[in-house]
Amino acid sequence: MIKLEHVNKYFGDLHVLKDINLEVKEGEKLVIIGPSGSGKSTTVRCMNFLETPSSGHVYIDGEELTAKNKTKLVRKTTSMVFQQFNLYPHMTVLHNLTLAPIKLHHKSKKEAEELAYHYLDVVGLRDKAHVYPTTLSGGQQQRIAIARALCAQTKIILFDEPTSALDPETIQEVLDVMIKLAKENITMVVVTHEMGFARQVADRILFMADGMILEEGTPDEFFENPTNERLKQFLGKIIRK
Amino acid sequence: MAGLFSPEAWNKIWIYRDTFFLGLKNTAVTALFALALALVIGIFFGLLATSGKKPLAALARVYVEVIQNTPVLLQMCFLYYALAFSNRSIGIINTGILTLGIYHGAYMAEVVRTGIESISRGQFEAAHSQGFGYIGTMYHIILPQSIKIILPPMVNQVVNLIKNTSCLYIVGGADLISVTYSFVTGENTGGAYAPAYLISGLLFFIVCCPLSSLASLWENSLKKRDVRSGKAQKSLERMA
Repeated sequence: MIKLEHVNKYFGDLHVLKDINLEVKEGEKLVIIGPSGSGKSTTVRCMNFLETPSSGHVYIDGEELTAKNKTKLVRKTTSMVFQQFNLYPHMTVLHNLTLAPIKLHHKSKKEAEELAYHYLDVVGLRDKAHVYPTTLSGGQQQRIAIARALCAQTKIILFDEPTSALDPETIQEVLDVMIKLAKENITMVVVTHEMGFARQVADRILFMADGMILEEGTPDEFFENPTNERLKQFLGKIIRK
Repeated sequence: MAGLFSPEAWNKIWIYRDTFFLGLKNTAVTALFALALALVIGIFFGLLATSGKKPLAALARVYVEVIQNTPVLLQMCFLYYALAFSNRSIGIINTGILTLGIYHGAYMAEVVRTGIESISRGQFEAAHSQGFGYIGTMYHIILPQSIKIILPPMVNQVVNLIKNTSCLYIVGGADLISVTYSFVTGENTGGAYAPAYLISGLLFFIVCCPLSSLASLWENSLKKRDVRSGKAQKSLERMA
C-alpha cells in the first residue's frame, strides 16, 4: 500500500532521513516511535509529499508519488491528521468536513453532509456540526480533524503526533477514537509517543533515531525483548511504571 | 485677501459648481478604473511573491521595489510625456488610470503578500494533504482567511489612490485638484482661494470617508463572525 525505497531527506546540510526503506501493507496499523528529531514526522510527511524526498522513491497503492502527480494521487489515497489539528477556522465543523468531498470528490452537498454526520457520529461530536472549530477544546478539534480525514474515504490515514499538542485529560478521547478506527480495514501510519496505544493497536512498530529505522517488530517483541541499545534506553525513559 | 470668505467668493463657486462636479467625476472615473487595475496587479504579484518559486517571487520583488522607490509623479510624467513625444498619447485620464493602477498595484501586492504569509503553514499543509491544488488551496482556504488581514491596509490604499488622482495636475489633468487650481488662478474666477479649496476638500472627504467607514464595518463583522458563533454555541449549551 505504501512503499519507501532508499528515501533520503536533507534540510540544508542536515541529513534527517538516511536511506529509509519500509513497506506498509493494506489494512496494517504501523506505529512509528522515537525521540524528537529522529525523522519520524518527516518519514510520514514523505508519504503524502508534504516533504519531497531529496532522493529515493515513494509508492502509494502501486503508483510512484512524484511532484507532478502528488495532488491527484494524494487526493484519492491518503488523508492526514496533524499535531496542530489544522482545521479551517473560517468554516463551521460541517463545512470543514464537506469541503473536500464536495470540491474534490464530486459529491453532492446532500451526500457530503450525510457522510459528515456519519463520521461525526463515529467521533461522537454530531452536536458540534454548526460551530466554528476555535470554540472547541483541543481534544474535540482533533476528533473533528479525524472525522475530516475519514470523510475523504481514503484507504490510508497518516497521523503525525495526533495527541502531542493536547491537554493530558483530552488525550484519551482522541486515542479512543483511533482505537475504534483501528478495527476497520484502514491503513494507519501513526507517529506517537503513546506507548499504551502503540501496544494495543499496532500490528508493527518502528523505532527511529537519527534519521534511521533502528528496530522494527510486533508490539510484543518490541516491548518484551527490545534488542537495540538505543531503543532500550528510549523505552526506559518513556515508560514510567 | 479681503474677500477670502466673502459671500462673493462663495457665490462664484456656486455659479461655477459644475466645474467642480466635472473635476469630481474625472477623479472618480480615474480612481475607479485605477483601483480595478491595482487590484488585479496586486493579487497577481502578491500570489507570485508567495508562490514559493524563486524566479516568480524575485520578479514580484523587483516590480514592487522599482515602483515603490520612485515617485508616482515621475512615473506619471514618464508615461505621459514619453508616449506623447512618440506620438502615441493615450490621453490624460488613461494616463492616470495606468499610472495609479501600476503604482498602487505595487502596494496592493505587498498587502496581499503579507496577508497570505500571515496564514499558518498548517493551513496550507492541511489543504495539500486533502488533495487541494494551488488554486483550490488559495481560493477555499487561504484567501478567505487573509481577507480580514488584508482589508484595512487595502482600504488605506484605496483612499490614497483617490487622493493621488491629484498627481494628474502635473500632466494638465481635469481631476478635482487640477480643476480647483485652475479655478482659483483663472482670469474670471480667480481669488476665491479659501472657499474653493474648502469645497474641493469637502468633496474628497465625502467620497473617502464613507469608504473607509464602510470597510471598517465590514472588517469588524468579519472578525466578529467566528466569535459570535462561539458565543451562540455557548449560550445554547447553557440552555441545554
